[in-house]
Amino acid sequence: MKAPNFNYCCPDTVEEVCEILDSMGSDARILAGGQSLVPAMNLRMASADLLIDINRIQSLKGISLSEDSQWVRVGALARHAEVAASPLIAQHVPLVHKAMRYVAHQAVRNRGTSCGSLALADPSAEMPACAMTLNATLVMQSKKDGVRTVPAREFFFGLYDTALREDEILIEVRWPCSGKDSFAGFDELSRRQGDFALVGVAAQCHMAGARIDHLDVVSFGTGPVPQISEQSVQAAAGQSPTEELARELAVLVAGEIDPDTVPNIEIKRRQAEAIARRVLIQMFQECAHASQE
Amino acid sequence: MSSEVKVPTRVHSSPQNLVGRSVPRETARRLVSGRGRYLDDIHGGEVYHIAYYRSPFARAKFTLGDLTAAASSPGVYRIVTGAELAEVCSPWVTRLDMLPDHVSPPEYALAIDEVYWQGEPVVAVVAKTRAQAEDALDAIEIDWEDLEPVTDAKLALEPDSPLAHPALKSNLALERKLVRGDIDTAFKQAACVVEQDFSFGRQTGVTLEGRGVVARFDPRTEELVVHQSHQAPFQMQEIYAKQLSMPLSKVRVLCPDVGGAFGIKLHAYADEMAAVAIARLLAVPVKYQADRLESFVSDAHARDAQVTARLALDARGHVLGLAFEGLFSFGAVSLYPRGSVGEALQLLEMCGMAYKVPALQGRVRGAFLNKVPTGAYRAVGQPLGSAVMEQLLDKAAATLGIDRFEIRRMNYVVDADLVEDSDAKLRGLSLHQCLDAIQAEINYSQLKQRQEELRAKQVYRGIGLCTFVEQTGVGAWLYGRNGVAAASKESVRLELSASGEVLCHTSASESGQGVHTGLAQIIADTLGCPFDAICVRTGDTQSDPVGGGSWASRGLALGGEAARLAALDLRRTVLSVVAAWKSVDIDRLEIDHGVVSIKDGEVLCSLQQVARAVHYDSTVLPMSPPPSLSVERSFTPSKKPYFIANGIQAAEVEVDIETGQVKVLDFWVVEDCGTVVNPLLVDEQIRGGVVQGIGAALYENCVYDETGQMTNASLADYLVPMASEMPDIHVSHITTPEPETGLGAKGVGEAGTVGAIGAIWTAINDALSPLGVTAQTQPFTPDVILSAVLQQG
Amino acid sequence: MQVKNEADITLTINGQERSFNVPVRRNLVDFLRHDVGLTGSHVGCESGICGACNVRVDGVVVRGCLMFAVQADGCQVDTIEGITESGEAAELQQAFLERNALQCGYCTPGMLMTSLELVQSGKAASREEIREELSGNFCRCTGYHAIVDAVEHVMERAKP
Repeated sequence: MKAPNFNYCCPDTVEEVCEILDSMGSDARILAGGQSLVPAMNLRMASADLLIDINRIQSLKGISLSEDSQWVRVGALARHAEVAASPLIAQHVPLVHKAMRYVAHQAVRNRGTSCGSLALADPSAEMPACAMTLNATLVMQSKKDGVRTVPAREFFFGLYDTALREDEILIEVRWPCSGKDSFAGFDELSRRQGDFALVGVAAQCHMAGARIDHLDVVSFGTGPVPQISEQSVQAAAGQSPTEELARELAVLVAGEIDPDTVPNIEIKRRQAEAIARRVLIQMFQECAHASQE
Repeated sequence: MSSEVKVPTRVHSSPQNLVGRSVPRETARRLVSGRGRYLDDIHGGEVYHIAYYRSPFARAKFTLGDLTAAASSPGVYRIVTGAELAEVCSPWVTRLDMLPDHVSPPEYALAIDEVYWQGEPVVAVVAKTRAQAEDALDAIEIDWEDLEPVTDAKLALEPDSPLAHPALKSNLALERKLVRGDIDTAFKQAACVVEQDFSFGRQTGVTLEGRGVVARFDPRTEELVVHQSHQAPFQMQEIYAKQLSMPLSKVRVLCPDVGGAFGIKLHAYADEMAAVAIARLLAVPVKYQADRLESFVSDAHARDAQVTARLALDARGHVLGLAFEGLFSFGAVSLYPRGSVGEALQLLEMCGMAYKVPALQGRVRGAFLNKVPTGAYRAVGQPLGSAVMEQLLDKAAATLGIDRFEIRRMNYVVDADLVEDSDAKLRGLSLHQCLDAIQAEINYSQLKQRQEELRAKQVYRGIGLCTFVEQTGVGAWLYGRNGVAAASKESVRLELSASGEVLCHTSASESGQGVHTGLAQIIADTLGCPFDAICVRTGDTQSDPVGGGSWASRGLALGGEAARLAALDLRRTVLSVVAAWKSVDIDRLEIDHGVVSIKDGEVLCSLQQVARAVHYDSTVLPMSPPPSLSVERSFTPSKKPYFIANGIQAAEVEVDIETGQVKVLDFWVVEDCGTVVNPLLVDEQIRGGVVQGIGAALYENCVYDETGQMTNASLADYLVPMASEMPDIHVSHITTPEPETGLGAKGVGEAGTVGAIGAIWTAINDALSPLGVTAQTQPFTPDVILSAVLQQG
Repeated sequence: MQVKNEADITLTINGQERSFNVPVRRNLVDFLRHDVGLTGSHVGCESGICGACNVRVDGVVVRGCLMFAVQADGCQVDTIEGITESGEAAELQQAFLERNALQCGYCTPGMLMTSLELVQSGKAASREEIREELSGNFCRCTGYHAIVDAVEHVMERAKP
């Protein structure tokens, strides 16, 4: 399966990219990690008149802490492998750190990018789920509007459908820093190591003393976009992080899956409940343990 | 001349005994360095590349429109259609003389007017690069009229079903029965009857290197040379000669390094035939290799059967009768030349064979469907037979309250029961020893205790057990007698060259098993030459002695015996030369490490010196004419149709009844494949086979929708086992030498697969038994497990 | 900034600087195999799943089928031939041979690339973790057990 013909360019600046996107729109495609785009091209399921290789744009590289230490910037060219190895991510964004283990395999992680995964918005992918949980900020740039930001919870519209316009390039994602009173939990059910999730759960819990101040639980692989469990947010506020609570919340998470979006709702709910429960029990144990110290 | 050759001295006091040792493979050294030479690596100057326009429909009529746009696409040399190709390449029809009722539709290299499965090649684009050939596919104008496909085996056999192919009178491809004893009485008298349905998914081989050919026809010499990634070069030589109406002597088939085969590369495929026919038609060199997407919709499919089975036993657990019915989903044609019937026939033949079954009634049927043609793939039907019997026995054991090992022990066939001539092949099996060995190995009582403890915590572990007997070294009964022009002997020609090297040309082909290393060990031990002096070659119809190739676990079992016989002959010849040359009584001579000496006496000469004398300076020998240092021997079983090997496998699994996930925690194999020539290589064959069986049991399935389209035809969606999910596999041996050969080796290439599927079936069902749940649909995906659990709950 | 359909590229392959002209759509593994003549890296799926095409670019292992050759302009590319010639993979290769951690050999170059990166990472790994690290390389012949043994053996010996 050989990719169809295309033209290729390799700009040095984001401005050049924006210029091209402005004039060509969807006839041009951005080549970042290529771990999703290139297989699709090899399968002749995707094509482009022009491939814009952004891999040499220096300003898109790197992972750094914001000046006010409120968020971690992950540039569009930061590879999954860099994110997985990043001490900043490990310290400040433990949810993403935990999730990285489930992302593909090393050779794919060495090229694939977080921003690429976010822009693609596969419903079974790990990064969009983390972005929803933490309400990360997506930063995009275009010729028309310059730089603009969209919170993750307003970014994912539907299946492979996001707020990113045809004339825009995603230039970075900003992960909010979790403080020391925050705990993260992540797990997914997949057939084999590195496969896309059948069902996954990402969670972050912010404690106030021995009680939960705020809990975000997101299920993914359960519909066209990762899904925040609104009921869990309500039910958990002010509660103790107990196993009993974890079980209750897991039922809520599973119950919120829309039957119209999955082939077998009974099975999906059972799996989602199990994964949610395991994630929450584990995370609450960490919360409880920490608050005892 | 003799001054160039060193006078040998005896340096070794004891003879080498290489047979039985874990000698590493010399070929592997080349392969780990990236110096493998697979089909696509062969450089031979300019070749044109072929891409096929394949049918998107399972059943349709088509009309070719204007092909000029495609033909003038950049880089395109020619577009070739079925009608054009039919002028040089006749269609073929699979026929098996012993199964006259098995009537297959004909198959053409490229379809003409109609197609019968999604993926069938329709038009060939011949271009300078593969990418350019693929580009041109979009420009091919073709009108389709899609028709109603036949996609369900049960419906296909109903009287009002449309036909999968107009050449058929009915979709019933095969119906075969086996009856022994009085089955009705057996079930009437039974104290215990257990039954179960079994659904086996449709699997395919997924060789990492796709199938392919590089073909050249030279119009000057009218010779056709085909490089092919294949297991049976002589078979393909026959077929190309026949289909292209050429003399056998003008067709040469070569097999380079083969990147995995497993039976998939045993067949004759339309796309490969078309490529070779195109080389003949256009007289330009062409290359075709199936890419991953194509492989899924063209490589032989396998398994795909619905089986129902019942077992009748007395109150003490003795089997009184076994009845089973299997309905197999074939494809649109019977794969050439061996047919699609193997899987079904092997279920019929082998189910229950390890046991005393006084009354047996089996029936297998196969249906032609508008799907990819099915054919032999590793273990061919035998895994189904073992899984069915072992699962029924476990059910019976549970019902009767008998220990699972005990119910097997009491029912295994023993020599005393084997009175019929046809049963002679079952003599000397080691079923009881293997059972005892595995019971100890797995520490069954400890596993059961842990199982009990964990059940109390709602963690469901299961222990699976699967006894198996299998056919290996399958002989001429199945092929020549069936009118299939495939040799089922294996052959070895040994030549002692003037350098002292022993050249071994063999028909036993290689796709990673290490059969060549085994042959070299046998030759070294038998002839008495150094291991390093042996050069084994295969994969060239021009220089190999005629023989089968590799399939049905035959390479070392049959080829090894041929090598042993040839080496004995060569040894006798060498010794007679030396006896005459040095005027010594032949009985006083021995050969060791390439040196001929008088036993416990002086060194006389090296093998190299013998060879140089015979080849270059026979004046020193008092023999006229000069003797030949080339011997050729073949072997195939004569006293029985095949060897029988036996073994047993066990698995420990954990079933998560909330997620449906099955984890294989541990796995054991006790194998009796007779003499183990090279434990390192044998054990790895077993392990690889086990994982292909686990793959079938848990992951692999060609999923078709109701329109006959395969919906998961990519490596992203057809799940193959990867390292994380696979267990360590403990292998041990019982050794009962094969009586028919001096070597005593039975085949082992398929053993792992034969038993692994049943081991997983019985393990999962053991895990779920406290819930009253039976899992009976393979692959056991989370959906399958949870559907069964939820249904029960 | 040029828009091109074919490109002149100069890159260092197994330590040697070489220049080529390639169509932009030619992927890295096809380029290495057919333009450079290094047939040791293999093609198994062309969709980034099987790992047969794994090669090293600028020090990290990548899927050769998911990069275009033009993207490797100015890069260091190491293939199985290079890591064999330099002896970098010698210990692993010897372990593979002794343990028969390969049968048909088709997955082996990619498997060695992945294994070498793991060994050189210096991280400790249990058998389960080794399996996880190898889970992006498909092998149909061995069932993985022998490969895990070989890698484990080398990692044991590499421990300080």
